[in-house]
Amino acid sequence: MHRRKFFKQSAFATVGTMLIPSFLKAYESKHLGLNQPVGKTLVIVQLSGGNDGLNTVVPFRNDIYYRERPTIAIAPEKVLKLNDEIGFNPALEALKGLYDDGLVTVVNNVGYPNPDRSHFRSMDIWQTASDSDKYLTTGWLGRYLDANCQGNDCIAHRAIEVDDTLSLALKGQDLNGLALLDPKKLYNQTRSGLVAELSNIKPAAEVVASHPNVSYLYKTLAETASSAEIIYDKSKVTHTKTVYPASELGNRLKTVSELITSGVNTNVYYISISGFDTHINQPGQQERLLRQYAEAVAAFTKDLKTNGKLNDVLLMTFSEFGRRVKQNASNGTDHGTANNLFLIGGGLTPGRVFNEAPNLTNLDEGDLKYTVDFRSIYATLLRDWLKVDDQAVLGRQFETLKVVSRS
Amino acid sequence: MKERVNKQHLFWRAGFGATPAQLREADRQPLRKVVSQLFTDSQAFTPLSVVADDQPDKKELKNRFKEGQLTRDMLKDRIRENRESIRDLNVRWVEQMTSGRAALREKMALFWHGHFACRNQNNVRMVQQYTNLIREKALGNFGDLLMAVSKSPAMLQFLNNQQNRKNAPNENFAREVMELFTLGRANYTEHDIKEAARAFTGWGFNPQGEFVFRRNVHDEGEKTVFGKTGNFQGDDIIKLLLERKETATFVTTKLYRFLVTDEIATDSADQQRISQLADQFYRSGYDTAGLLETIFTSDWFYDPKHIGAHIKSPVELLAGMQHSLGIHFEQKQPILYVQRTLGQVLLYPPNVAGWPGGRNWIDSSSLLFRMKLPDLVLKAGEVTIKPKDDGDVNTALLARKVNRLFASTIDWSTFEKAFQKGSEEHLLDELALYFLPQPLSPSQRNLLLTKVKKEAPRSEQIRTLTALLLSLPEYQLC
Repeated sequence: MHRRKFFKQSAFATVGTMLIPSFLKAYESKHLGLNQPVGKTLVIVQLSGGNDGLNTVVPFRNDIYYRERPTIAIAPEKVLKLNDEIGFNPALEALKGLYDDGLVTVVNNVGYPNPDRSHFRSMDIWQTASDSDKYLTTGWLGRYLDANCQGNDCIAHRAIEVDDTLSLALKGQDLNGLALLDPKKLYNQTRSGLVAELSNIKPAAEVVASHPNVSYLYKTLAETASSAEIIYDKSKVTHTKTVYPASELGNRLKTVSELITSGVNTNVYYISISGFDTHINQPGQQERLLRQYAEAVAAFTKDLKTNGKLNDVLLMTFSEFGRRVKQNASNGTDHGTANNLFLIGGGLTPGRVFNEAPNLTNLDEGDLKYTVDFRSIYATLLRDWLKVDDQAVLGRQFETLKVVSRS
Repeated sequence: MKERVNKQHLFWRAGFGATPAQLREADRQPLRKVVSQLFTDSQAFTPLSVVADDQPDKKELKNRFKEGQLTRDMLKDRIRENRESIRDLNVRWVEQMTSGRAALREKMALFWHGHFACRNQNNVRMVQQYTNLIREKALGNFGDLLMAVSKSPAMLQFLNNQQNRKNAPNENFAREVMELFTLGRANYTEHDIKEAARAFTGWGFNPQGEFVFRRNVHDEGEKTVFGKTGNFQGDDIIKLLLERKETATFVTTKLYRFLVTDEIATDSADQQRISQLADQFYRSGYDTAGLLETIFTSDWFYDPKHIGAHIKSPVELLAGMQHSLGIHFEQKQPILYVQRTLGQVLLYPPNVAGWPGGRNWIDSSSLLFRMKLPDLVLKAGEVTIKPKDDGDVNTALLARKVNRLFASTIDWSTFEKAFQKGSEEHLLDELALYFLPQPLSPSQRNLLLTKVKKEAPRSEQIRTLTALLLSLPEYQLC
């Protein structure tokens, strides 16, 4: 805490003494000048709305599943089998290809104690990594930025959300991630209106001295303009040759891939797609979304392989909760609890089904019980993949999953 | 000039800023008179009403559907209307902040909304009742407000007290009432929560949306809370909470952060003042108006370091901008769109802890959007930023993209009257004094002066400079 505070004050002092340009130039040149390997990259794909896990990874041998879902269950012969018990929804055909190549790990029954069935609250819990009875105002990836910021390396674009607005997950105490839908759009925003001119001028010295929030605003502005320029400069020279599906996720993963190959100093990317709140007529809608998801991820994986990055990038997909075991009266499903999630990439011990299939006989008020705390997944991503101190981010020790290859 | 700056500061913190005409009026009065006028203006209370008190909720509608009184399509429409009514309520409330007379009342209601954060997407009647409750009691006695909110169906539903029964206690309400509404963390034990939850068993509401005490599910046994033992019911626990001095300290600290400064120093005069204010609040039996009056009439409230030390919340930013310039949007969408894009949708707080506020409002994208906002609002600029879809089918409407979203009428002629005299440089200084908490630096001043045409009509100069000043980072502060 003291170190952070010290940094905060010294950063403001720098702004206060009218040194913004050289202060920024210092880290720009550092990052532009060094051809250091960027190391490992984490990509998070959030499925908003509560994806129905039981129709994503189907327990095709389970009578209870078929009994509770008379009109929406997926017939055994259609399921893309992963083992004797479970298999993918047929819409995940492209993902099955990746699974067969050993690139996909399926983790079942992920959740947390005392689950909350509200979208907002449960997403809040996932994004802040809090207990369900605690309220945190910072996100886990924001705290990752806070904890790994040293000297001049404290830059917003170490974590990028491919979107117009920034999720709580990427907001830290001292640092925030950077939201951009595409590098050019952000760059243009920082060149329009007064933004460009203001990011080069200084507020009055006496105001800055007595008003830390003024420094904070100008610092945020200057860093945004600087990051936007760096990212735009780097990204405009890399254009992937891989064809991506023309879906929202396809476009966003394409942007991520181009940023990765451009050598931007970013370790974390975040994307969210929505539409998974399938209370009514679930099958058509969910299959459309799952197909889009699988095809976009397959294109992304192929692209990474072409660029020799497959072993350096890990993609994690989650949703804020799964859905009820029993379907509702509208051919849909209502909010539930524990869910499966996917880890995808070449750096994993050959992909597989990580743990036991959901137990449909031992339910909590009609909902699945979790066996893997989602923060164990985060701990795995932080400690084993990004090689950082997971406890500094999560506040306490969680067991990791032993799915990352030692390389 | 310091006098003028102080009064603007007061109007911003105790409301949503002042129009040039309000400031001219205030110029003629001593500060104490201006403060007492704020209370006078907020005396009257007018409830917001978007639906009748007997509007059926989602559950009731579903029952009617099951009984064949509604077709499936009618049911869907009615449920949608319910949700849209909650948005109407949101917009109507913002209108009160923007152009209502009772600015202080609405400002404090906004504070209590963050303090007693509550959301409910399906029952507009409960939400309306809750909103009017915090508005009505915003300046009254905190104890009364706490008791009323705790017994409001919206809060009981939100914190699951309807499910809190003897033999199957639900601790959610008991926990939050201690952690977030009164004592704050570390001032109670898990045992206190368990026992208090037992006392709250039976607190619920009926289908008419009225509080009921269901004695048959109440745990009549003896409970021990904060070391005191008795056959406590819910009311007793609320009283025990109000007897604890920590409650006064906790609420006063939060209010100080809201009204005085975002950043409370741990070892400073701030702490000493909070402690004195909390003493007063406690001794007065939680008289909110008295506490506010002390704050607004204290010299330290006008310390230059507090002026401009607060980052405006999205609602403060929008309502303030509308109030200054007399802006009325043709549609309700822009009001919702700004809230959504910047992360503060009234009646949809993120969770029971409310909005964290302060620097949490600002990140690269929210700052760029805030700086772009004057262009959207004053020039009906093109909307290019899409707020995130949270995946909930029930809130999707909020994210809808609309062309010419920001079409509005602006009362420029009234505004311009106040800025008729002097050169462009003088005009810039006058406008900066009006819109910003601190004067411009020489380099900012030079930059803005290059943007205004000397030969342009006065009216155009005013509009150009206004748009520029509103897009400065300093305009995010008050």
